[in-house]
Amino acid sequence: MTVMSFLGAIGAAQREAMDADERVIIFGEDVEANVYGTTGAGKTRSDKGDFLQMYGRNRIRNTPISEESMVGAAAGAAMTGLRPIVDLSYSSFLYMAMDQFVNQVAKNRYMFGGQASMPVVFRSAMFYGLNTGAHHSDRPYPMFMNVPGLKIIAPSSPTDAKGLLRSAIDSDDPVLTFEACLLWGTKEDVPEEEFWIPLGEARTAREGTDVTVVAISSSVPEAVAAAEALAASEGVSVEVIDPRTLVPLDRDAILRSVHKTGRLVVAEPAHRTCGAAAEISAHVVEEAFGVLKAPIVRVTAPDMQIPFSTALEKQMYPTRHTIEAAIRRVLDLPASSEASELAAASAQ
Amino acid sequence: METLSNETLLEMQRRMLRIRAFDERASKMVKRGHIPGTVHTSIGQEAQVVGATMALRPGDYTTGNHRSHGHPIGMGSPLGPLMAELVGKATGVCKGKGGSLHLADFAVGSLGESGIVGSSIPIAMGAALSASVRGTEQVALAFFGDGAANQGVLYESMNLSGVWNLPVVFLCENNQYALSTPAHTVTSGVIADRAAGFGMPGIRVEDGQDVLAVYDAVSTAVARARAGEGPSLVEVVTYRYNEHSEGLRLGTDYRPVDEREAWLKKDPIQLFREHLQSTGVSPAELDAMEAEVLAEVDEAVAFTDASPYPDPSVAFDDLYTDTEYAA
Repeated sequence: MTVMSFLGAIGAAQREAMDADERVIIFGEDVEANVYGTTGAGKTRSDKGDFLQMYGRNRIRNTPISEESMVGAAAGAAMTGLRPIVDLSYSSFLYMAMDQFVNQVAKNRYMFGGQASMPVVFRSAMFYGLNTGAHHSDRPYPMFMNVPGLKIIAPSSPTDAKGLLRSAIDSDDPVLTFEACLLWGTKEDVPEEEFWIPLGEARTAREGTDVTVVAISSSVPEAVAAAEALAASEGVSVEVIDPRTLVPLDRDAILRSVHKTGRLVVAEPAHRTCGAAAEISAHVVEEAFGVLKAPIVRVTAPDMQIPFSTALEKQMYPTRHTIEAAIRRVLDLPASSEASELAAASAQ
Repeated sequence: METLSNETLLEMQRRMLRIRAFDERASKMVKRGHIPGTVHTSIGQEAQVVGATMALRPGDYTTGNHRSHGHPIGMGSPLGPLMAELVGKATGVCKGKGGSLHLADFAVGSLGESGIVGSSIPIAMGAALSASVRGTEQVALAFFGDGAANQGVLYESMNLSGVWNLPVVFLCENNQYALSTPAHTVTSGVIADRAAGFGMPGIRVEDGQDVLAVYDAVSTAVARARAGEGPSLVEVVTYRYNEHSEGLRLGTDYRPVDEREAWLKKDPIQLFREHLQSTGVSPAELDAMEAEVLAEVDEAVAFTDASPYPDPSVAFDDLYTDTEYAA
């Protein structure tokens, strides 16, 4: 074990994959200079450029700002023997390549009757909660959940970031990974040796018996904090499930937990309409309506653009306080004064 | 000009005949309801297709567009599974999941046609990237029309393939109309000239009905790519004889009658037949070749007729390599 940051874990996974398989290449904007800290071998930004020195320009390639052709090139390369990792930096840049994602990356294997395999990973970071304004704060993973043929991961811890990325790179299907910048600095002990976390397996971030909180991306640590606070103040036992993979979704793990607790809160930073929380809620209602003791409560971003000012933006995403308020609601507990004020503010 | 063997010259004619016969039959089958939906034929453009595909060699890659049958046929794909795909049979080259618009035969390097104009261009570039990284001598060729020449992704791809010096040929099939829209009314300047802005050769084949002219131009671009000298743009001026798609009847006469008649007189198959005869190939041999190709198409249709439709459950296969569809 060694202490790794979220970003360091991603860099470690990429380095291991580059060492393990020469078909793995990395390209994207600013990868040669290791601007984002995931294409360097060292633990600090000062080691920038390491991947370029280690693997050479054939396998580490800067690109122009041309998302559509980058994504298409990755698809074509994946169909002909390479296993590219494309660093698209900001998640909102994915829209520039929407045709390639939807019409080529996702469809080619299917519409060519299985002739193509598409072993490619598209990494992008969600810069929400950091005063980047409406163009850089997107959390667009639910849009891509609506595209059959893509696999989608959203790790919330350094260990998951490393293990899931290795599985994504080894997958013969296209995987999009959405990394929350709010989690970049998170540190924990991570195995130094190679390990793989299977796609499609949820993680129980905290065990509990009274209520299930399914939380996604940066909402996971917030949900765990809410659970700890409620355990201390009310003696409530909250189970926190992190799906980690959104496609394929570990529906069984969610249903098992709901069968145990009978109550469900779903928390995610994406917009409310047709979000992952909406899909998870609908599935639980269809499959486990009979065990629910209370209506499901979603804690999401509102269907609103993201404003720049801290004073405006901080209310937009689930926090430990809004998640705590939701848990209190499904347990029919009195709203705590702090949680209820914030929840009221967020609802306005 | 490279001296081509008689065998190669005859193979050019055979592949052009295959495209013509396949598409004429497909057109009839659409009109009789034997093929669901529609097809876009390459009739009239056979020299442009075959001049390009014959300039490639086994192991090379192509991607294409909605005018889609000629490309895999030009690459040597057998006709039976192609025809079965058009009808939606289980034995189709894509198991009935692609249809006319999405033919692909990876066995001959055909990485897929695309119903989205311009969308397959970066796929060919990616195949060229793969060849470059793996250190092979493979070349990739992207077929696209004059309509796609105004899609931004072409220019992103020309730039990136130039920067990375990739072995790719951008092959513009300029049949002068994007459905009903004359290319010159929506295209500023000359398409081939745009290559200069990316520091790559731009070749314009004015007579795209001459299969040898196309072959020469594309061979030059392919040789350059194979030698590690980077990408090229080749624009081939040609003409489609049929409507944009079979069964389409537009109320407007968007193509002048005299223009159409002039191009019909430049039938690439007839012109090349005359050329072959002038080099000593007997009319009887060429007649026999035509009969053989017609028989091949008959066999493809018989194969299709004898093939079952896919089981409905097959619709839920092939989305992922390792994940079952969960209802």
